Amino acid sequence: MKAKKVEGFMQGVFLISALLSVLSIILIIIFMFAGGVPFMLEYGIADFLFGDRWSPSNTPASFGILPMILGSIFVTLGAIVIGVPIGILTAVFMAEFCPPKLHRWLKPAVNLMAAIPSIVYGFFALQLIVPIMRNFSGGTGMNMLTAMILLGVMILPTVIGLSESSLRSVPRSYYTGSMALGATHERTVMKVIMPAAKSGIISSIILGVGRAIGETMAVVLIAGNQPIIPQSITSGVRTLTTNIVLEMAYAAGEHREALIATGVVLFVFILIINGVFMFIKRKESRA
Amino acid sequence: MSSKLIRGLVYLSAALTFTSLVFILLYIFANGLPHLNSDILSWNFTTDNQSLIPSLITTFIVLGLTLLIATPIGVFTGFYLVEYAKKGNKVVGIIRMATDTLAAIPSIVYGLFGMLFFVTFLGFQYSVAAGVLTSVIMVLPLIIRSTEEALMAVNDSLREASFGLGAGKLRTIFKVVLPVAMPGILSGVILASGRIIGETAALMYTLGTSSNLPSGLFSSGRTLALHMYVLSNEGIHVNQSFATGVVLIIFVLVVNGLSTFLSNKLAKGTK
Repeated sequence: MKAKKVEGFMQGVFLISALLSVLSIILIIIFMFAGGVPFMLEYGIADFLFGDRWSPSNTPASFGILPMILGSIFVTLGAIVIGVPIGILTAVFMAEFCPPKLHRWLKPAVNLMAAIPSIVYGFFALQLIVPIMRNFSGGTGMNMLTAMILLGVMILPTVIGLSESSLRSVPRSYYTGSMALGATHERTVMKVIMPAAKSGIISSIILGVGRAIGETMAVVLIAGNQPIIPQSITSGVRTLTTNIVLEMAYAAGEHREALIATGVVLFVFILIINGVFMFIKRKESRA
Repeated sequence: MSSKLIRGLVYLSAALTFTSLVFILLYIFANGLPHLNSDILSWNFTTDNQSLIPSLITTFIVLGLTLLIATPIGVFTGFYLVEYAKKGNKVVGIIRMATDTLAAIPSIVYGLFGMLFFVTFLGFQYSVAAGVLTSVIMVLPLIIRSTEEALMAVNDSLREASFGLGAGKLRTIFKVVLPVAMPGILSGVILASGRIIGETAALMYTLGTSSNLPSGLFSSGRTLALHMYVLSNEGIHVNQSFATGVVLIIFVLVVNGLSTFLSNKLAKGTK
């Protein structure tokens, strides 16, 4: 009898632990939205999202976050253009070209890349890429291109990890079949294996987008942070994430609420990206 | 496309990826190691020495407390999802969706939430407690995921044999399944440690950035990564930033090495 009671009790403990994750996500949604949405409604959602002036200390203050929304989108697109081709081809290398002996070293290296703290990446770029950029394009060297290059590197491990595992999960018979038809190894990988791993590779890109758009501490050091719509690739840029980190320390009242509302917009972006990701994953597991 | 071109591009990309990693590591080490001197390693922080020791200790405090809370919750969640829940259970679907979403939320949103909930709503102020609780939620999905994977890797025949010998479910989990799955679970916990050690955005407005050692659960402090952010943002202590970077990278190297070692061990144990 006693054993049965313990069994039941522990099962309850396990269930409650599991429900804590659900409780956390509910609390996050409630507190974020309650903190940001009232401000958006009061200020006007359209004025907030599409206003191109962010000047919290003016009277009257203006809180348009269009420059930051565009900043986040531009920087993320740039990171994708730089990071995705290199990442996918590196995954191809790891899955199809690399001898197992070398792979034993490269796999942990990719994990290490994922584990290097953002701040270390940011500081590295501040010390090295920013001065190079300064010579190359003039100005301070803290600009959109710098941020794109750094984020391109930072999303590599995300793209490589998931792409490699989806390339590896393609049935080996595809490979042998194509080789038996006389295709070269390279052609087989490009025309047979990669198309078969397509949805995994696309998922890896979406995760990369999520990583790039959510990155904060690396970007804040090197992007210049001007809250204006960037006119060229070498203009300074401010993203949604950096807007929050830069001003939260001293913001109060309406200004503080506007920053929380910026967080809400970022949060909604991430929820959408994650929704697309889950949709693709579900479709894949059904197919 | 010719085969040679494809091969060339693939090799070039791999070379770019791995040289950039090696380059970043060497660059930080080359510039940081010479400045890892007795000044920066002195016991107390002053504006002159910019010592990293108080931040190092704070990092261990935050790390220890976070794991102490997050590990049992995460592992128990894994137990529930793998060992108890029946297939197609609605609750499981909801829990999975919750953990997947938690895993996708960027650090800065955790930071904002922690500030709104723990710091303001619960009145913790910038404190170790607020920082730790925010980190707990942040690393939960990592621990849950690795526990799940480790448990699923355990062969069902082990469970059946244990039931067959008359052991109850709980006993089977703790005495038979858990020992085999342990390396995998530990490797997840260690990965979570890496995330906490490197975290800045989630801690800045929860733990705060006070340069002294926290005097209690409700006092502010800064971890190593935050220390490095404050230094590099001020821009006047470049050498000290490099030195802090070296310590952070050494941390990450150790953590990753351990995690790789343990997951190889899991792969051997479940064969």
